[in-house]
Amino acid sequence: MSEQIEPRASKDVDVNNVEFVPVVSEGPASLFAQLKGFWLTFRTMFKKTLTVEYPEVKAPTQERFHGRHQLNRHPDGLEKCIGCELCAWACPADAIYVEGADNTDENRMSPGERYGKVYQINYLRCVFCGLCIEACPTRALTMTNEYELADDSRSNLIFEKEDLLAPLRSGMLMPPHPMYPEADHHTYYRGEVPEAHPSQEVKK
Amino acid sequence: MTNAEILATDPGWIIAVKGLLVFAACVVLTLLAIWAERRIVARMQERPGPNRVGPLGLLQSLSDGVKLALKEDLIPAAADKIIFVIAPIISATTCFMAFAVIPVTGQVTLFGHKTVMQMTDIPVGVLYVLAIASVGVYGIVLAGWSSGSTYPLLGGLRSSAQVISYEVAMGLSLVSVFIYSGSMSTSDIVAAQDKWWYAVVLFPSFVIYAISMVGETNRAPFDLAEAEGELVGGFHTEYSSLKFALFFLAEYVNIVGVSALATTLFLGGYHAPPGLGFTESWLGGWFTAIWFFIKVAGFFFIFVWLRGTLPRMRYDQFMQFGWKVLIPVSLFWILVVATLRVLSQQGTSRTGVLIFSGIVVAIVMFVNVAFDNVKQKKKNSPRPELSKPDFAVPALPNKESDHV
Ligand code: SF4
Ligand code: SF4
Repeated sequence: MSEQIEPRASKDVDVNNVEFVPVVSEGPASLFAQLKGFWLTFRTMFKKTLTVEYPEVKAPTQERFHGRHQLNRHPDGLEKCIGCELCAWACPADAIYVEGADNTDENRMSPGERYGKVYQINYLRCVFCGLCIEACPTRALTMTNEYELADDSRSNLIFEKEDLLAPLRSGMLMPPHPMYPEADHHTYYRGEVPEAHPSQEVKK
Repeated sequence: MTNAEILATDPGWIIAVKGLLVFAACVVLTLLAIWAERRIVARMQERPGPNRVGPLGLLQSLSDGVKLALKEDLIPAAADKIIFVIAPIISATTCFMAFAVIPVTGQVTLFGHKTVMQMTDIPVGVLYVLAIASVGVYGIVLAGWSSGSTYPLLGGLRSSAQVISYEVAMGLSLVSVFIYSGSMSTSDIVAAQDKWWYAVVLFPSFVIYAISMVGETNRAPFDLAEAEGELVGGFHTEYSSLKFALFFLAEYVNIVGVSALATTLFLGGYHAPPGLGFTESWLGGWFTAIWFFIKVAGFFFIFVWLRGTLPRMRYDQFMQFGWKVLIPVSLFWILVVATLRVLSQQGTSRTGVLIFSGIVVAIVMFVNVAFDNVKQKKKNSPRPELSKPDFAVPALPNKESDHV
């Protein structure tokens, strides 16, 4: 068994046979070199400052900045989340809590069998690693660039499903509502549903 | 009329007004200095610095001061209460006292009274400043000792050692000024510089003074007494609220104080720079104050520049520099200045002076070369073999050990 274990990298490079290089101390730099330091700080005084005056000026983040999460919707407004909990299991910080429930014909939140009934992300725990995003099989969970996530109470930092759900865009209908006519969940995942059909509207 | 004669005619109320002015100027200068330092250092680091409170952040230090004053005032249980309270007071009062002998303007009229902006002119004015500065050290030492805690004690010890050693160099650098001007009174020294500033004539003294004044005020790169990385806050670690504010005030007033002394002794005090002498009569003589403060501000900028550029020195290097470089060099320089002075007073010819200068230069060069040789030899000599210790030591990671 032990023969199969790969030798440690340090044995490969043979640390016992590295050449010893004497440490050379040059002593203090020449006066000119030291004065160069003064010139550097003096010159820097006339440079543009790098500070972003944050609350007044907001610099855009990097494109793929890991910000607040978002629960996406299909183009007709149904939720993408199927309540599978894979994100919760993937989370190293145990920040996500999911409770799934069955879709019924009267109460359909997502295409297919199940939907996420309770969905919470605790931003006091989340380390914004993005592993949950990788784990999500439906692309329901993604991250936005929003970074203003400060609050003065713990409970406010546990975001509920309503806080995380993407807004309704044009062509979307507020679930619960039935699926697109003649479509099943495969159609949805393939992205063949363009937008809500008039027949999907639920009379209240 | 000399300054001393003018000052002798001052009525009591004028002296009181002057005292008030000095105090007010020092406090306002401190507020400005803190603001300026933070802004300048920030610019050197490509930051804008404080810019929220008031225009350009000018009121930042004022609001910080108010905040400090409103903080809870803690006295540690282990502290020696009375001394703990007295220490910041000593620090803060002594630093103001040095200004009493600094001439800020030439002749002016203050409320219809002809005078100069100097509280008093004593024949040993500069010695008085040095004495006051060393009393100020008591504030720091006592603060460190009475806190009843380790870091302040270490900080206090460091700073007392530092201030004492640099005061020697500082005092020695001033000796040549005394020799040259033939007086220890600040106003006489300023008057003696009407042709040439001593910063030019006595350049080595000026350099030594400039270095030791940074050491004297515990400022970067010599701020070992409050080295944050090593000693938390140094001698004022345990202080809070107004008492801490007093130390802060003392530090900045001290900076202004040594800068003002340097201006007086080496940069011609309140006199205008050469060629601009006609400005001295503007505003009824008050314009000289502006020259004075410009020079002080220049020194202050250098303080900030040093802080923005140099890393903190190691303590032993710092002490070595003080005792082994600054003091011997200034002693030698005093010898040279004194000899030159005697030569010129005895009316020795130009050639005599030149020959003497030649000898001095030769000695300096010889010493320099000898130093370099010793250094080179040290560098080239083989390192001594370390003897094997006769106590058990853990195996070093080398060829003999398998478990690297
Ligand atoms: S980003 Fe990382 S820590 Fe945050 S919820 Fe997702 S998996 Fe958990
Ligand atoms: S967000 Fe994705 S991974 Fe998490 S429960 Fe919903 S579908 Fe599953």
